[in-house]
Amino acid sequence: MDEAAPGALRLVIGLGNRDRGDDAAGLLVAEALRSQLPPDVRVFSGGNDPAALVGQLTGAEAAWIVDAASGQAAAGTVTRFDVSEAALPALHRTVSSHGLGLPAALELARSLGQLPRRCIVYTVAAQDFAPGSPLSPPVAAALPGLVRRLAAELDPVAVSAGDA
Amino acid sequence: MSATDGTRTIRVRELARVEGEAALKISVRGGRVQEAQLNIFEPPRFFEALLRGRQFAEAPDITARICGICPVAYQMSAVQAIEQALAVEIPPPIRALRRLLYCGEWIESHGLHVYLLHAPDFLGYQGAIEMARDHRAAVQRGLKLKQTGNRVLTTLGGREIHPVNVRVGGFYKLPSNSALRELVQPLREAREAALETVRWVAGFEFPDCERDYEFVALQADGEYPIDQGRIVSSSGLDLPADRFDEHFVEEQVRHSTALHGRRRDGQSYLVGPLARYSLNHDRLWPLARKAAEDAGLGPVCRNPYRSIIVRGIELVQACDEALAIIEQWERPAQPAVPVAARAATGYGCTEAPRGLLYHRYRLARDGSIEDALIVPPTSQNQPTIERDLEIFANDWLDLADEPLRWRCEQAVRNYDPCISCATHFLRLEVDRG
Repeated sequence: MDEAAPGALRLVIGLGNRDRGDDAAGLLVAEALRSQLPPDVRVFSGGNDPAALVGQLTGAEAAWIVDAASGQAAAGTVTRFDVSEAALPALHRTVSSHGLGLPAALELARSLGQLPRRCIVYTVAAQDFAPGSPLSPPVAAALPGLVRRLAAELDPVAVSAGDA
Repeated sequence: MSATDGTRTIRVRELARVEGEAALKISVRGGRVQEAQLNIFEPPRFFEALLRGRQFAEAPDITARICGICPVAYQMSAVQAIEQALAVEIPPPIRALRRLLYCGEWIESHGLHVYLLHAPDFLGYQGAIEMARDHRAAVQRGLKLKQTGNRVLTTLGGREIHPVNVRVGGFYKLPSNSALRELVQPLREAREAALETVRWVAGFEFPDCERDYEFVALQADGEYPIDQGRIVSSSGLDLPADRFDEHFVEEQVRHSTALHGRRRDGQSYLVGPLARYSLNHDRLWPLARKAAEDAGLGPVCRNPYRSIIVRGIELVQACDEALAIIEQWERPAQPAVPVAARAATGYGCTEAPRGLLYHRYRLARDGSIEDALIVPPTSQNQPTIERDLEIFANDWLDLADEPLRWRCEQAVRNYDPCISCATHFLRLEVDRG
């Protein structure tokens, strides 16, 4: 359970682009969580500029970030990274800092002392980023489970009461 | 280094902190730099061909996709060229709103380059992440500037990256008066941050190297060049946009998929902040001009390293102008004027953050695009970047490879090169024997 101090700001931030297939995953998870979380949790649908993320994280005690990722894992695979202490592995290497990636944005926040004390990143392995395409079946199938998992992590009491 | 013939080849295979992907090769023979090649290997991007056959109305949204950091520049040069072809007169309030949008892009782009890309070079850091540990307030200031630019783009363009609200004839939708008013306070804070930026970067140490550049930039009556003007140069050129092709040409070079821009007489030239500033110092508003004076910058700046100061001054100018536009803006009845297709050719030139951006479109009677030409600033600057390296690197040859590489990267970053913008065309020649 996340033992946040009373009044401490907790954030859920979904990243991505809803018009790029599986890249919508982070945004859809954030939207699904919006009505399920306690009122002290602020939910953002972040855009596709991770540099803006640094500003959004400012002042938060804890943050959960959800993003689609390209990589080796099978599509739909959900991975949890605790980046509170250690850097997010460079899932997507880039030489273009005009397009600051999520790992770089988190490290910039850390250098600036703006990274929340607790910071968790969930990635969903994507299959298809084609413009205008829907979620791929494996990613669509993975999202309800991820929403439940995040709801439980953010508000375990309510979820266990609901299960009873 | 080869002990026998004094030959040393330095390769920087991946150039960090520039948009897109590029590599640099410097060849040294007999203790002197023989050649510097900026080698671009990002796949070419065929935007000109992609535009052929599309309707003119699609050009602003298609060309915006060429660059994630200067999409407004592409939209503005595109609509200006097409509006010229179709004899469309843009009412002053619409033009003012476009200039405001463009100011937002300058703030976003210059804020990013000054703080996250260029400043680490002067302060001896690998990048912004490392610099942020020791210069927290400065990096926060840079991020805030970028955020303010983003906010202007979101308010006027519908979103912060690849805005979607610009159309031939005006805008699809006007922002509400209250949305514009909400920009005032962030822009006032950004203007202060911009002034602080100039003070901060003016204190950096700059190599003592000046070049005799041929500056090329827009110039317009009574205003700093952003969204319109005649093309002028330090050697006395003075032309409208529709005569660009008479004086400038793009040519292919073996080592790069980006074309190189030159004058038709073969001379390289420089576009971008140094050229704009040096040809238009007298058109800066008092606040920006005072900032330049306080920073010790004369009316002409020929040291490419000091371009970081000029970007700071342009940040001041862009914030100042943006605030004035919002204050004086009178809402027009319609967001756009009517546009009718006809067969014609149109030409547009605006000042992208990185420099002059030229578009030319030939339209058919039904409004479809028959031919498009896009000449981005980085293409035009590439021969000059290579020449800078050939000259400057001679002083660095005593350095070991790693510090020499770092110096060369810094020299390239002086131009804020947007490589992904520059690789937009490739002429294919097939020899079938």
